[in-house]
Amino acid sequence: MIFNVDDIRAQFPILSREINGYPLAYLDNAASAQKPQAVMDALTHQMRTSFANVHRGLHTMANETTEAFEGARAKVAKFLGAPKSENIVFTKGASEALNLVAYGLAGEIKKGDEIILTQMEHHSNIVPWHFLRERYGAVLRFAPVLDNGELDVMALKGLLSSKTKIVSVVHMSNVLGTINPVQDIAKWVKAAGAIFVVDGTQAAVHMDVDVVDIGVDFYCMTGHKLYGPTGIGALYGTLEMLNRLQPFNGGGEMISDVFEDRVTYNDPPHKFEAGTPPILEAIGLGAAIDWYSQFNRADIHQHEMAVYHHALDGLRDINSFRLIGEAPEKGSVLAFNLQGAHAHDVAQILDKYGIAVRAGQHCTQPLMTRFGMHSTARASFGIYNTLDEADRLVEGVKKCLTFLT
Amino acid sequence: MTLPQNIQDMIDDFEFLTDWEDRYMHVIDLGKSLPEIKASERNETNKVKGCVSQVWLVTHMNEATPPVFTFQGDSDAHIVKGLVAVVIAIFSNRTASEIKALNAEEILSQLGLNEHLSPQRSNGLRAMVDRIQSIANAV
Repeated sequence: MIFNVDDIRAQFPILSREINGYPLAYLDNAASAQKPQAVMDALTHQMRTSFANVHRGLHTMANETTEAFEGARAKVAKFLGAPKSENIVFTKGASEALNLVAYGLAGEIKKGDEIILTQMEHHSNIVPWHFLRERYGAVLRFAPVLDNGELDVMALKGLLSSKTKIVSVVHMSNVLGTINPVQDIAKWVKAAGAIFVVDGTQAAVHMDVDVVDIGVDFYCMTGHKLYGPTGIGALYGTLEMLNRLQPFNGGGEMISDVFEDRVTYNDPPHKFEAGTPPILEAIGLGAAIDWYSQFNRADIHQHEMAVYHHALDGLRDINSFRLIGEAPEKGSVLAFNLQGAHAHDVAQILDKYGIAVRAGQHCTQPLMTRFGMHSTARASFGIYNTLDEADRLVEGVKKCLTFLT
Repeated sequence: MTLPQNIQDMIDDFEFLTDWEDRYMHVIDLGKSLPEIKASERNETNKVKGCVSQVWLVTHMNEATPPVFTFQGDSDAHIVKGLVAVVIAIFSNRTASEIKALNAEEILSQLGLNEHLSPQRSNGLRAMVDRIQSIANAV
């Protein structure tokens, strides 16, 4: 389908909203994206026409709902390049997926085992590993980030040793926008005999992901940043790894047999999906993937980067502007600070002009510490953003300066 | 109830400012006129939680009967620092019973700043007001 941003915008009812008397310019997509009509329709259609609990049902609607739910799993598998639906575990989001991996591998961790992360990780890819440090004596090591926001891959390589048990790296940073060379890292991790986990929260939205090509053991994504519903995400794992991973939540669906003295588990992915899953959310995620997949990924990327560069060119004229994250390989995330102004002020004033950006630490305190800053403002662009909105961001930031300096 | 003169003056000042831009400018100016707090007072005890920016609130109580409370504060963000200045102007140099008699919500709404008081706003204003009121209630 030919990429036309006006046609795309027309499919997002919320984008016609006004905020403080201005048309909404929604530039907070790295936090969460808006939903197209197709996703809303998929949810209501399911609720209006066929809804029941999934699996084990013997009536028509139970079967239909199960087909839609499992169909969504197949869509996620295809979207990530996973060989089979069985490789995909539905989770609440990427955070839950990372927690599941950490918890599920905890039994294999011995005191002194090393887990390698990077300084640009989101807290959701740090804190679950801290649990393993606190409870099982794992040692966390952080690969440094260079001044331009690139990962110091050679330093990461240097951290790998026979002690390395797990390496968990973000594919695309939610602050720097940096896209990490996960394919290379995968080879090194494999050679070291460690488990490789990739946090694809941002990358799954902005890049063509193929988990087999990359060579990961686990890959995480979330639905709400992919124009889908909240409360749904996915964990990809190789079948070998999913069989090795201990379940996290116990309950119905995830068991094979339960006795008074023992329990046997269902096969993956069901082993990890105790209780009634987020059925409608999963179906909504499937619809979001269908909707998104009608566009050429390269077109989307090109468009988002054009908006990013347009905004950046305008902002660079401002003396006090400082971009955080200038890696050669990066996505459409524009984190910045204005000298003498706090990111919080910038976001608050931009909101008054109808421009939604994020300000704060973006759940990346080690990264903020690395760059010696308490917070940054962040504009993050998605499929529906326009050059005009980029201009408004630049104008808005200039207005901030009249208030703040 | 008649408001203390300095609060009434502040309300009168804000009344002239009809658009949000002028009000924000004025808030920021109020913040700029706040006396600096000591570096040692920028500590964990004085830090106000629930804020994207950093906010500190320092409490002093004198020896008088009843004691008079004075507050000092600071923030690394301009707008928040201005809001700190407003809160200090409302509550500082008062006794516990004077503090308890003041309705921060009503005053802030007269200043056109009540939107900032919602607990969902991550500016720490609500946390600051709550802290001052709980200090007064503890006396």
